[in-house]
Amino acid sequence: MSVWWNGGVANQDNLELIHAVRHRTKLLISFGDCAVTANVPGMRNMLGGTDSVLRRAYLELADTGQQFPHEPGIVPELLDRVLPVHEVVPVDIFMPGCPPSADRIKSTLEPLLRGELPLMVGREMIKFG
Amino acid sequence: MSRTVVIDPVTRIEGHAKISIFLDDAGEVSDARFHVVEYRGFEKFCEGRPFTEMAGITARICGICPVSHLLAAAKTGDKILAVQIPPAAEKLRRLMNLAQLTQSHALSFFHLSSPDFLLGWDSDPAKRNVFGLIDANPDLARAGIRLRQFGQTIIELLGARKIHAAWTVPGGVRSPLSEEGRQWICDRLPESFATLHLALDLFKGMLDGPLQAEVNLFGAFPSLFMGLVGATGEWEHYGGHLRFTDSQGQIVADHLSEDDYQTFLGEAVEPWSYLKFPYYKPWGYPDGIYRVGPLARLNVCDRIGMPGADQELQNLRDRAQGTPTSSFLYHYARLIEILACLEHIQALMDDPDILSHRVRAHGGVNQLHAIGVSEAPRGTLFHHYRVDEDGLIKAVNLIIATGQNNLAMNKTVAQIAKEYIHNASNGHEISEGLLNRVEAGIRCFDPCLSCSTHAAGQMPLHLQLVNAKGDVVSERFAN
Repeated sequence: MSVWWNGGVANQDNLELIHAVRHRTKLLISFGDCAVTANVPGMRNMLGGTDSVLRRAYLELADTGQQFPHEPGIVPELLDRVLPVHEVVPVDIFMPGCPPSADRIKSTLEPLLRGELPLMVGREMIKFG
Repeated sequence: MSRTVVIDPVTRIEGHAKISIFLDDAGEVSDARFHVVEYRGFEKFCEGRPFTEMAGITARICGICPVSHLLAAAKTGDKILAVQIPPAAEKLRRLMNLAQLTQSHALSFFHLSSPDFLLGWDSDPAKRNVFGLIDANPDLARAGIRLRQFGQTIIELLGARKIHAAWTVPGGVRSPLSEEGRQWICDRLPESFATLHLALDLFKGMLDGPLQAEVNLFGAFPSLFMGLVGATGEWEHYGGHLRFTDSQGQIVADHLSEDDYQTFLGEAVEPWSYLKFPYYKPWGYPDGIYRVGPLARLNVCDRIGMPGADQELQNLRDRAQGTPTSSFLYHYARLIEILACLEHIQALMDDPDILSHRVRAHGGVNQLHAIGVSEAPRGTLFHHYRVDEDGLIKAVNLIIATGQNNLAMNKTVAQIAKEYIHNASNGHEISEGLLNRVEAGIRCFDPCLSCSTHAAGQMPLHLQLVNAKGDVVSERFAN
């Protein structure tokens, strides 16, 4: 069985889920540029922690009930950095693309359905963006 | 002793959410909360980027309606350049937005929501999805998928790709429509109209019969509505001005400019969700609850301005005997808007400007502060930038459609839970039917949680039932 993981690992819920997924999955596919590189959400990594991004949205750009959303067990804490999946758990196949094209998805899926590994080489299969 | 039900994660929506349902001592539902659990921080990390990059960056907020961000960013950029864009550029931008509204609404109706109506609320959840629909009604499923493809292909014809096309720019668009592209659109329009009428007839028949209960139960309550309208009060999706109306159809505020949005829109924060709660400032929080999106656009306009869509708008208003206030009617409103889009696309194909090559105005940084607005499929979208003399971003605010429906989504979940949960005690079994109806209440708004919190992630729903002491007495996961 394969799991196609879309998006970087950005908060505690994502972190727990990706470990659970890896534990139960034979073939983990890092699916899309955000999963492979953290991409645009990873732009916050250079800001040194989560305080400034939370401060902007929930204190400076709010006018009622200004606070950081924090309810325990409901709102997961953000990780200090948005991580590409392979920084957290081993990844079997990398499929970049923002988004990956339908043809690229098909060319990956078809060999998997035959029980073979797709060949992730060449511009058509591994170009970013 | 009161209890809570949590639904985590919610399925067939774009994004990741949990729902908590709170019980009083008697085991009756006292309240419900729809939690959005992702946040990314675009308003902060875009600082320092050139304003010309904002379309490309903010489009990455979401792959479902990236065109909305392309348009809002481009319109904000037009104001920074302080240019008037060529007429053909505006018409081509409009064409792309009409195509996007069509594809996004088709996705919501055919792929995400129709399995509930056509296969039944209590049918096997493993099959209550688009694949079940393909098994049960392959012709309808194929037609719906092709209607979405029609919209996606127009976006591709204009911008060279279906998702995240780098095509809108401050001052206009990068490339014109080709004659071959125009011809393809003309050739495919009749099939698209036919599919839409098929869906309209099917859905109206169900509103008269099996779906009557849902109309009364799914988010049926008074609120304000907000959307763009044109100069003479007609339906708008790109230009015009903002208008608020109430549940009686009375205009509460009109001729509002996006430039003044901070005087009439406030943003509240609750500790239990990353999604903020915009409200109509003059009425305060939370009394200033308002809805945006397809139903709101149809409620704020005087007319659509296209014959077929105007006839359906009248039908909607006749059914509601005035202003429709049930959120379930968002589904009907989406179909009416697809019809409006197809009629507008048809009219644009006959417009002499549509093949013009004069599609871009050039300019430097002439304004340091600008606000742009557009109607995304899910509602009104605001981009607000401050830049320095070099055009580097100093500050950003984004007010996204789904956030503006946050108060209404919470109220909808509570309304449905109150109807279906009674006398709940410890270990209360959360039925699949309840779970799905609560989710379906959310799906009326077709929320795009990626956009609304500018957050990544596509995950299903988790529901928890919480008692008066705050203990979770039951929970269930949908997938």
